[in-house]
Amino acid sequence: MTWEAVIGLEIHVHLKTRTKMFCGCELEYGAPENTRTCPVCLAHPGALPVPNEQAIEWTVRLGLALGCEIAETALFHRKNYFYPDLPKGYQISQYDAPLCVNGRFAVPGADGDHEIGITRAHLEEDAAKTVHIGGAGGRIGGAEYSLVDFNRGGTPLVEIVTEPDLRSAEEAKRFLQLLRQTIVELGISDAEMEKGTLRADANVSVREAGESGYRTRCEIKNMNSFNFIARGIEAEIERQIGVWESGGEVVQQTYDYDASSNMLTARRTKEEAEDYRYFPEPDLVPVQPPPGLVERLRREIPEPPGARVRRLEAGLDFETATGLVTSGRDRLYQAVVAAGADRRAAANVVMNQLAGAGVAPDAVDPGELAKLIEGRETIPRGTFAEAIAASGDPGFSAEKYLAEAAVSDVSELDPVIDRILAENEAQVSAYRGGKEGLLGFFVGAVMRETKGKANPKVVNERLREKLSA
Amino acid sequence: MTVDTLRLTAEDAMRLVERGEVSSRELWEAYRAAIDERDGELHCYLTLTGEPEGDGVPIALKDVIGTKGVETTAGSKILKGYVPVYDSTVAARVKEAGLPLLGKTNTDEFAMGSSTENSAFGPSHNPWDPTRVPGGSGGGSAAAVAAGLAPWALGSDTGGSIKQPAALCGIVGLRPTYGTVSRYGIVAFASSLDQVGPTTKTVRDCALLYRVIAGRDPMDSTTADAPPVDLPEAEDLKGVRVGVPRELNEAEGIEPGVREAVERAIELCRTLGAEVGETSLPRSVDYGLSCYYLIAPAEASSNLARYDGVRYGLRVTDGGYHGMVERTRDEGFGDEPKRRIMLGAYALSAGYYEAFYGQAQKVRTVIADEHRAAFESFDVLVSPTSPTVAFALGAKAQDPLAMYLSDLLTIPSCMAGLPGLNIPCGLSDGLPVGLQLVGPQFSENTLFRVGHALERALDFDYVPERLR
Repeated sequence: MTWEAVIGLEIHVHLKTRTKMFCGCELEYGAPENTRTCPVCLAHPGALPVPNEQAIEWTVRLGLALGCEIAETALFHRKNYFYPDLPKGYQISQYDAPLCVNGRFAVPGADGDHEIGITRAHLEEDAAKTVHIGGAGGRIGGAEYSLVDFNRGGTPLVEIVTEPDLRSAEEAKRFLQLLRQTIVELGISDAEMEKGTLRADANVSVREAGESGYRTRCEIKNMNSFNFIARGIEAEIERQIGVWESGGEVVQQTYDYDASSNMLTARRTKEEAEDYRYFPEPDLVPVQPPPGLVERLRREIPEPPGARVRRLEAGLDFETATGLVTSGRDRLYQAVVAAGADRRAAANVVMNQLAGAGVAPDAVDPGELAKLIEGRETIPRGTFAEAIAASGDPGFSAEKYLAEAAVSDVSELDPVIDRILAENEAQVSAYRGGKEGLLGFFVGAVMRETKGKANPKVVNERLREKLSA
Repeated sequence: MTVDTLRLTAEDAMRLVERGEVSSRELWEAYRAAIDERDGELHCYLTLTGEPEGDGVPIALKDVIGTKGVETTAGSKILKGYVPVYDSTVAARVKEAGLPLLGKTNTDEFAMGSSTENSAFGPSHNPWDPTRVPGGSGGGSAAAVAAGLAPWALGSDTGGSIKQPAALCGIVGLRPTYGTVSRYGIVAFASSLDQVGPTTKTVRDCALLYRVIAGRDPMDSTTADAPPVDLPEAEDLKGVRVGVPRELNEAEGIEPGVREAVERAIELCRTLGAEVGETSLPRSVDYGLSCYYLIAPAEASSNLARYDGVRYGLRVTDGGYHGMVERTRDEGFGDEPKRRIMLGAYALSAGYYEAFYGQAQKVRTVIADEHRAAFESFDVLVSPTSPTVAFALGAKAQDPLAMYLSDLLTIPSCMAGLPGLNIPCGLSDGLPVGLQLVGPQFSENTLFRVGHALERALDFDYVPERLR
């Protein structure tokens, strides 16, 4: 039996506005507890919300980048429930009149683009942070006491909901990576999962290939990296297939994913369905983004990452192109190639070596980097590495490094190579027995021996010759 | 000189201070002396301030108006001891105008009530007859002004809480157009209806105080700029078209004495040169009250959710978080807030929203449209403010529905967001009768003009007979 996964995502993004969503408190990650608060975000009697215009504009910008329609009139609603991190007893959110609806976002795959429907993107305020001390499992029930830090309370938060259009854990991960890149490029959020400024929950169900309609879905929460999201979804897909194949039935349920054990733990089910008693927030007037503003923002939207993957893929391969785009390094790559560097070499340097050396792509002069890449085989490896590490420095010039030629003299290299081969007889016979992957081992040994000054191209040639002799 | 706090208007007091005949501090002390003398009987105040700040005419504020450093309870046990860390915008504007605070006046708990009997700290009494209620929820402010315990005061009005107590205490009260006065810092009851306004002895005092508090506030997104306030001078009503909505004047439950006094006032409008004609607001009266009792409690159920014992006010511990919230709310809220929270939560519940809250909002639009149509032919609409004069303490306390009917005539214009002015128009059985003047949005100046001309012609003595 062939199974197909059906996945929808719900993503929360903290906007990096200077101040909170409905008050003037400054947002500062890591500030001492309860020092970024005021009567509004502490819900003192009589305090009223005033919307952050920047947050509204940024949500519109994000909506446009997700191909959404922007509402002429959007409303804030109150979502009512009791929890200590929600000082008003309601969250100001959006309900049936969100800012952005009906979008689509292209996720390129090896076999073509897949358009993922964006149901909506809306703006709301984040809750405060609660820490439960004592009791079981850090939950409020049975805790000895709980502490609330209201610094985070009221942070502007965009919620993005996708249609159940994703068909694999890998695709869900790629969607999120491209979405994250879009958000970062719009300059509206750091979107860092480890800091919690980007969070994603997944709704997962499975069905037999060819089946129409959806089966019962489960929600997975608490996945705090792209890889954990892929693994969590994968684990859930397998669990559900197992349930159906053993004649059982999937029950609607929320699971927490624990990355260390790769296990899904069911959350305690609530006895009654939540009723949030939504109603339009009477303290706020409807939001009506001016059409002129929307048009201006529409013109400023950068080329979507999915399209860039497609464009780059032509001269590279899908994986590398995706890697370049989702790491935000594709612009530098393109500039370096335009300056005359070889595509593959440029991709490798830009994506791996610069990252390894901690050089920010924005700081690099593409022309100088292109020169360095083209001349890389004429200089010692160590020199090349030094040059890469310095390539982000102001006024970096490739000339100085390229002047230091690598050792290509066979008469100087051969004795070293011969000694290495003599010292590693076992590896030599393994290589000759077919384990050609060991070539790298020998190259590495020679490079170490020559302190990186040997020309790797020449070393390669000599080694191959000697080993096949 | 001695200050006759019973008779002195705020405008005259202002003049005395300007001329240097009386200092602001002497005024303040005169009112404090009156409070010492009569507030034991009337219980208008919940809190008295220690020292006056400012060089103007002192003022009292209803206890739903947040005052930095001065306890603000909204008449509720759940806020007992709560001292705001910030001033409401109106408190700040009053302070800026140099008006020293006398104290905070009694109110039905969270402004929910029509008699002050729902105050957690005991009811206020009507200065005309202390066995009777002063009306509510702003009964403390109205009684204080009527009894000479404050030259003027601010109240808040959701469905009649300024106009109805002003009517029952024989003074002037304005509920301004929704959005002209900031709600920032006002303990919220029903956000889409709450509005702060003055309670005064005369219409000119009312205009003067409204001028201090009105205007857009960046801290309240629902505010708008109000037209500049004109102090009323004219003593005639030439060119004014006065509409008499049949249903508001013939509603069941209007006492004969109230009807007669209002009819005389309408007749006086004619004498003063107004064109008087009949009009109709059928759905406003039929559905206004019931829709109000869906919308206001719905918003209240959400606005009162912040009183959970976590951050301020009363906290009753009981095991965990949920126990604490339940016990705190159970002990902190009185019956009326509890009743309205339940009504409101029900009206907003999944499956009931459309039938109740959603439907009530639609009717609200109908009510606004009906008023708009009436204002095509009329400048002001007149009716009794309250169907009855002040009723006896305890008479309706056990019957919420009878109590709710006290606001039958004030609620429709509140639902439409319109300004309404109460002026006293006579006595019935020795108790004041209030006349309600309602105008279109931002028509406060018209209301002041009409109210002032009538006030002059009626020559009502606002000093309660027993205190003269």
